Amino acid sequence: MSSVDMNIYIASEQRTGLIKKNGIVCLLSKLLLLKDNKTMFEESTEVVFNKRVARNTFFMGFRSGPMADTSGPGQFVMMRVRPGIDPLLRRPFSICGVNGDVLLILYRVIGRGTAILSEKKPGDLLPVLGPLGKGFEPPDEAEQPILVAGGMGIAPLIFLSLHLARKDQQFLAGYGISPEIVPLDPLGIAGLSPTLATEDGSQGHHGRVTDLLESVLSVKEKPSAIFTCGPLPMLKAVAQIASGKNIPCQVSLESNMACGVGACQGCAVKNVPDSSKPYAHVCQDGPVFDAKTLDWEVI
Amino acid sequence: MNKPDLSVQVGALSLKNPVLTASGTFGYGQEYGPIMDPSLLGGIVVKGISLRPMAGNPPPRIVETPCGMLNAIGLANVGLEGFLSDKLPWLQGLDTCVIVNIYGHTLDEYGAVAAGLKGVSGVAALEVNISCPNVEQGGMAFGTDPVVAAQVTERVLQETDKPVIVKLSPNVTDIRAIARAVEQAGAHALSLINTLTGMTIDVEKRTPKLANGSGGLSGPAIRPVALHLVHQVVRAVNIPVIGMGGILEARDALEFLIAGAQAVQVGTANFANPRASLDILEGIEQFLRNRDIDSVKEIIGSLKS
Repeated sequence: MSSVDMNIYIASEQRTGLIKKNGIVCLLSKLLLLKDNKTMFEESTEVVFNKRVARNTFFMGFRSGPMADTSGPGQFVMMRVRPGIDPLLRRPFSICGVNGDVLLILYRVIGRGTAILSEKKPGDLLPVLGPLGKGFEPPDEAEQPILVAGGMGIAPLIFLSLHLARKDQQFLAGYGISPEIVPLDPLGIAGLSPTLATEDGSQGHHGRVTDLLESVLSVKEKPSAIFTCGPLPMLKAVAQIASGKNIPCQVSLESNMACGVGACQGCAVKNVPDSSKPYAHVCQDGPVFDAKTLDWEVI
Repeated sequence: MNKPDLSVQVGALSLKNPVLTASGTFGYGQEYGPIMDPSLLGGIVVKGISLRPMAGNPPPRIVETPCGMLNAIGLANVGLEGFLSDKLPWLQGLDTCVIVNIYGHTLDEYGAVAAGLKGVSGVAALEVNISCPNVEQGGMAFGTDPVVAAQVTERVLQETDKPVIVKLSPNVTDIRAIARAVEQAGAHALSLINTLTGMTIDVEKRTPKLANGSGGLSGPAIRPVALHLVHQVVRAVNIPVIGMGGILEARDALEFLIAGAQAVQVGTANFANPRASLDILEGIEQFLRNRDIDSVKEIIGSLKS
């Protein structure tokens, strides 16, 4: 393992330390999380590492100081996987973490674009546009954060978890089968050990991550805040549970995208019927949404 | 040697260079503001504006195809009032020609949008969309019949004091018939091509990949078709033509200029490379410089048969 990906947790610890010591830095950190989405860069970045970490699953680091400095949990980047005309469009990826001037992404090979990306070697150049979109808003101190991940949905939640660095946070992660489980220790992400659920029962709870969520919520008395990312049916179920218990819930959505900046209007998602605008756009209004603003019947 | 002269004339419209961004691919200009300066371009054509805001089509609205993409956005836009109050002030600060793409569901709506932009400062010209394949009315229906296309053109001309560019659809039997009808109706210029209607199917679900069923194909996949139609139209009319369709690089743009287009619009390329239009501009300048050509006008229409 390269030394560069060993220190994510340490970097995050340092940031947290600063937050505790200094109110101004704390404010800056909040601004970073809530920052307007107009800070973005387009750079030819250098791949630092790109390695397989689970079945069809890769962990990549690429170097961009400006993007690393301005990225918040929940934001994403648009990557051009190779020059030329096919595939033509960039691919969106959630930012999984930042380490110094290196941005990290976690991705599963699901099509031609990600297959090409999985063949990148250290030193290869990759055009990246980012950071993009509206990320997670941090919970109040009084609220216990509950992070609910499904499959690759764990990527932005790793970033959020490290950034929040809350001792009382609950991190739940569901997978289909155990070969898909992304082990966090080999990623250099020490100190994060999500409670696991697998649908085939091969590791952790036998069932869905939403079962874990319901059992966590059934014994809780403290107010909590849910942060979730994963496949749409899972997000729908989480949103329903949150709404039933009146718990604030932020969901990170994915969508086909062409531009990533709000120019093409391609990534529309339906708002609840009484909203001022019928559609929101995943790239600009999201990818993180307050679950109660979206029309889950239509999504 | 001196910097080559890149300025071009599209009817009454003076452009400092022949590279514009195409409607629907560059939002209202501001979206790409943080990473590229639109003031360096000859012009930008903003997202199509209708009289009232439009929600657009249900998702999925876009899908990638070989060397291109299909879209069925459905002309989602902020409407005339929203454009004037929220989008125009930023555009007025640019040092480039802002061309507003307009469309309506009826002749009256086309007229009303044109009237609403009459005398508005910071709007250099109107581009009339009679060619969107993704809405039932107010799109291609107006652009596939020469008589109706001429009516729309006349109506917009009655209501505006600005140069009128009419954007043509390739989804017709003979684009020259539409081009001539629009020219006779008084249009100052033409722009072409809009997207080609296309479709793609998810074989697992056996449903169209786009919720709208079909969509408009763009990107380098359509470039030879676009170039052919521009070449045909340039020879059929006496008004200037702005060419577009799958332009990704300077050499692509040069093909359209050599075929006779006075200027080009860069569309889908903006998604792959947000600075594509500026790279193309730089590439055209380099091309001229390397060949000691003083003006881009020497290139325009220079096709040898």
